[in-house]
Amino acid sequence: MATMTPSTNLGTKLYEADTKFPPHPEGLVEGNHNLATLGDKIADVSIQITPTPKAWWLFFLVGLTLAQGLVAGVGYLFYLGTGVWGINQPVAWGLAIVNFVWWIGIGHAGTLISAILLLMHQKWRTSLNRFAEAMTIFAVMCAGLFPILHMGRPWLAYWLYPVPVNFAAWPQFRSPLCWDVFAVTTYFTVSAVFWYVGLIPDFAVLRDIARNKLQRGIYGMLAMGWRGSAIHWRRYEKLYLLLAGLGTPLVFSVHTIVSFDFAVSIVPLWHATIFPPFFVAGAIFAGFAMVIWLAVPLRQFYGMSDFITNKHMDFCAKVMLGTGLLVSYGYFCEVWMAWYSHSQIEWDTTMQRIWTGPYWWAYWVLILTNTIIPQFLWIDRIRKNMMALFLIAFSVHIGMWFERYVIIITLSRDNLPSSWGRYAPTEWDYLLFLGTIGMFITLFSLFVRFVPMLSITEMREFLPKAQGGRDGHAVMENAK
Amino acid sequence: MSATHDHDETPKIFGVMAEFETADQLIDATRAAAAEGYTVMDGYSPYPVGEVADALGFPRSEIGAVMFIGGLCGAGFGFLMQYYLNGIDYPLNVAGKPFFSWPQFAPITWELLVLSAALSGVIGLFALCGLPQPYHPVFNVPQFARATRDRFFLCIEAEDPKFDLATVKAFLGGMNPASIAEVPE
Repeated sequence: MATMTPSTNLGTKLYEADTKFPPHPEGLVEGNHNLATLGDKIADVSIQITPTPKAWWLFFLVGLTLAQGLVAGVGYLFYLGTGVWGINQPVAWGLAIVNFVWWIGIGHAGTLISAILLLMHQKWRTSLNRFAEAMTIFAVMCAGLFPILHMGRPWLAYWLYPVPVNFAAWPQFRSPLCWDVFAVTTYFTVSAVFWYVGLIPDFAVLRDIARNKLQRGIYGMLAMGWRGSAIHWRRYEKLYLLLAGLGTPLVFSVHTIVSFDFAVSIVPLWHATIFPPFFVAGAIFAGFAMVIWLAVPLRQFYGMSDFITNKHMDFCAKVMLGTGLLVSYGYFCEVWMAWYSHSQIEWDTTMQRIWTGPYWWAYWVLILTNTIIPQFLWIDRIRKNMMALFLIAFSVHIGMWFERYVIIITLSRDNLPSSWGRYAPTEWDYLLFLGTIGMFITLFSLFVRFVPMLSITEMREFLPKAQGGRDGHAVMENAK
Repeated sequence: MSATHDHDETPKIFGVMAEFETADQLIDATRAAAAEGYTVMDGYSPYPVGEVADALGFPRSEIGAVMFIGGLCGAGFGFLMQYYLNGIDYPLNVAGKPFFSWPQFAPITWELLVLSAALSGVIGLFALCGLPQPYHPVFNVPQFARATRDRFFLCIEAEDPKFDLATVKAFLGGMNPASIAEVPE
């Protein structure tokens, strides 16, 4: 995997423009593309001209198989109740909450890439935003399952919303758990809408090159009659910019509220002001690890390295390194504050967490995978080696999962030693977790196959003027 | 217009459409057409070209105002809903906090602001652009399929008070287009 195969071995078309263009000054587009070849290369996957790589079937079938775990896990849970999980007193929040926070954190990088990098004029977002947004949506879907299942009576999930019901009770709006409902609902809706708005012109591309009636019908309906009118584009760009402007504070607010689930309680080490920024940094850290995980196969099996260049991977690795350092600072800060506050309970709980407690090893797994291993990213050669990047991203996935695990099992060592307990997830906990991973892989595989995986419109606009584009992403300048 | 004459009239046309190879050509053509006094026309491109909208006399979109109003409504609704439900309709005493504990209503107010601003923006876009639109005359021109690929189009519509088929054709022909077509209604 160290040497990437060029895009030319796709078998059918070469996707080369006739005229020879100079290489992109910033190395953000490779290959020799004009408007047509660029669009074809991305769109041909969706309209089934590009042969489906064997690896796609592997991913899809593995995903689908794992997703059966979700069916079995949820089925058994509904049959017997939350007792099938390892949760108990005092550890009433088990893997369900660990997985919830893990997934929603992964989702955040998608919004970060599309929204924040857009506002920051970062041109390199253009190649990543589409599949990163898809990642966000699927990750939030996986995340949303867990709190609902954890309620014990998930069929009453609608009680979370202020629905007028006949017993006259309303949600308790002063609770962070209730804020969470609104935050995640809003986040999912806005992400989905942002994604779809971005997709409309691309669906129009697919409609116009569709190979049969079915494709033309489906993509035509999704494109809603988009015809690329200058007046429509003006409104579209403004909407896109404003959605990015709303999405940026939204992503911070969502993970802040997720951290409030913990920080507003009075559990030692949870009741900390570091939690919101620490959670947001962790979310971006985990999300970029997932972007790397998704980008590597897209480059490898779909030859997308023309658009997701080594430069993009380098940027992702650097963001991962930077946010990893922020997260590590959070770990340091937690211990420091416990010591500096002279609070007996805080300090004892810290010692339980990192040294004397039964789960000390989990803490050190977290430090190893989240703080120590990502330091390899300082080395230029490692950031350019896809295999190494992939493995470091894997380490971050493990680390971020353990981070939430460590936070959750703090509950096992409460203020009162007589109420101490132990927690071990059962096989049903793990099955459900694997099931959501399967659901994510399945949905993402289907997305790659049927929806343009990169934004054709934005990539075209991004091309240098000589190649037919507008020399970089201009939404910030043109949105009026 | 009486119905008896309809069948023997030439088919109505929507406008005349010129095809260009670059965005810059489209910008120039639109500016020239505006200078010539044409007002009812539209440019089509595979990606946004802001200068075309400027030349068409559409310097600002309405989306900002729509989203601002939508966001205000969402935030106002969210805040009052929480106060009414937890403070008046079913007063909840949580840790002795006042019923009107407004700082704790901030997160949901904010989330509903974002939600309603985003949704009103998207619905506003669809409504203002008239989407979904199953039929539009420009799609009758075969080469228009390349408007989502690599070509740029300018269509001067028959609605234009200055519209005269021969003059418009001659005018657009002078802009060095790749092709010119009449757009049947």
